[in-house]
Amino acid sequence: MTGTLNLVGYGLAAIGPGLAVGMIFAAYINGVARQPEARSVLQPIAFLGFAMAEALALFGLVLAFVL
Amino acid sequence: MVFRAEGEGFVPPSSKDFELPPIFGDNEFTTKPIFLILFSVILLSVFFVLASRKASVVPSKLQFAGESVYAYVRNDLGKEIIGHEFMRFVPYLFTLFTFILVNNIFGIVPLIQFPTMSRISFAYVLGIIVFGVFHYVGIRHHGIFKYIKGILFMPGVPKPVYILLTPIEIATYLIVRPLTISLRLFANMFAGHLLLMIFFLGGEHLLQGAVGLKLVSPFAFAFGIALTFFEFLVQCLQAYIFTLLTALYIGGALADEH
Repeated sequence: MTGTLNLVGYGLAAIGPGLAVGMIFAAYINGVARQPEARSVLQPIAFLGFAMAEALALFGLVLAFVL
Repeated sequence: MVFRAEGEGFVPPSSKDFELPPIFGDNEFTTKPIFLILFSVILLSVFFVLASRKASVVPSKLQFAGESVYAYVRNDLGKEIIGHEFMRFVPYLFTLFTFILVNNIFGIVPLIQFPTMSRISFAYVLGIIVFGVFHYVGIRHHGIFKYIKGILFMPGVPKPVYILLTPIEIATYLIVRPLTISLRLFANMFAGHLLLMIFFLGGEHLLQGAVGLKLVSPFAFAFGIALTFFEFLVQCLQAYIFTLLTALYIGGALADEH
């Protein structure tokens, strides 16, 4: 079996952002469930946090191909 | 492995599959992504000219479609985030949103099936434009010295913290912001296209294998189709996030308190 260890490393690196994205959306869902009218306020914040956490995973992906 | 495919082994798709050859001769400015970019510009211009040409109080279907996209960008991305000066930036945000959206959706349109933004140079150009715009807006709004001072020395922070904070802020404004905004778009499109290629090429390869493998291949195709719908979601989301972040950066540059 051949392959590159980079992708294994990327898999490990994606654990963190994966957990982070889950936590961000859990908090967002909690907030909206408690106060549905806060949805429009929370939505950009949630997606911003999601984008920040996701960026880490994407850097990992790019590095897995570049290195 | 027991169920190994016969013949030559499966060649998984890689970043090589994104380097498309030129269509006309050796001119490397005639590759598929370039034509897709031009096509998207024509498509958007024609659509919005047609949608706004016979504007009436009771909108036609086309006018309604065009206006809902515009209203969405203006209200949810412009007004909510930038604040009272948002109208100046709505044309830019609107162009950005529709342009990225159309180019992303090319990735799942049959016969086209190539997200333009999976070539990083296009994403870099968009990132550089965003970088220029939000710094220009900030400098015009605050004056160059006040703007730079606002970045370097964030108000309301104890003095010793500046040793740590100032380098981080410089890196954020000069490198991290333009880099992440373009890399995010690029990497999402790249990874999504790669994922779809893996499922469809893998399914095709399974079809050429033994009988047991042929039975498995429909599952690969079905999963590929399900992922295509997921990809559609991601493509819309990335267009939204790119515009959202641009609006946030512009709003941050305009804000009086950093």
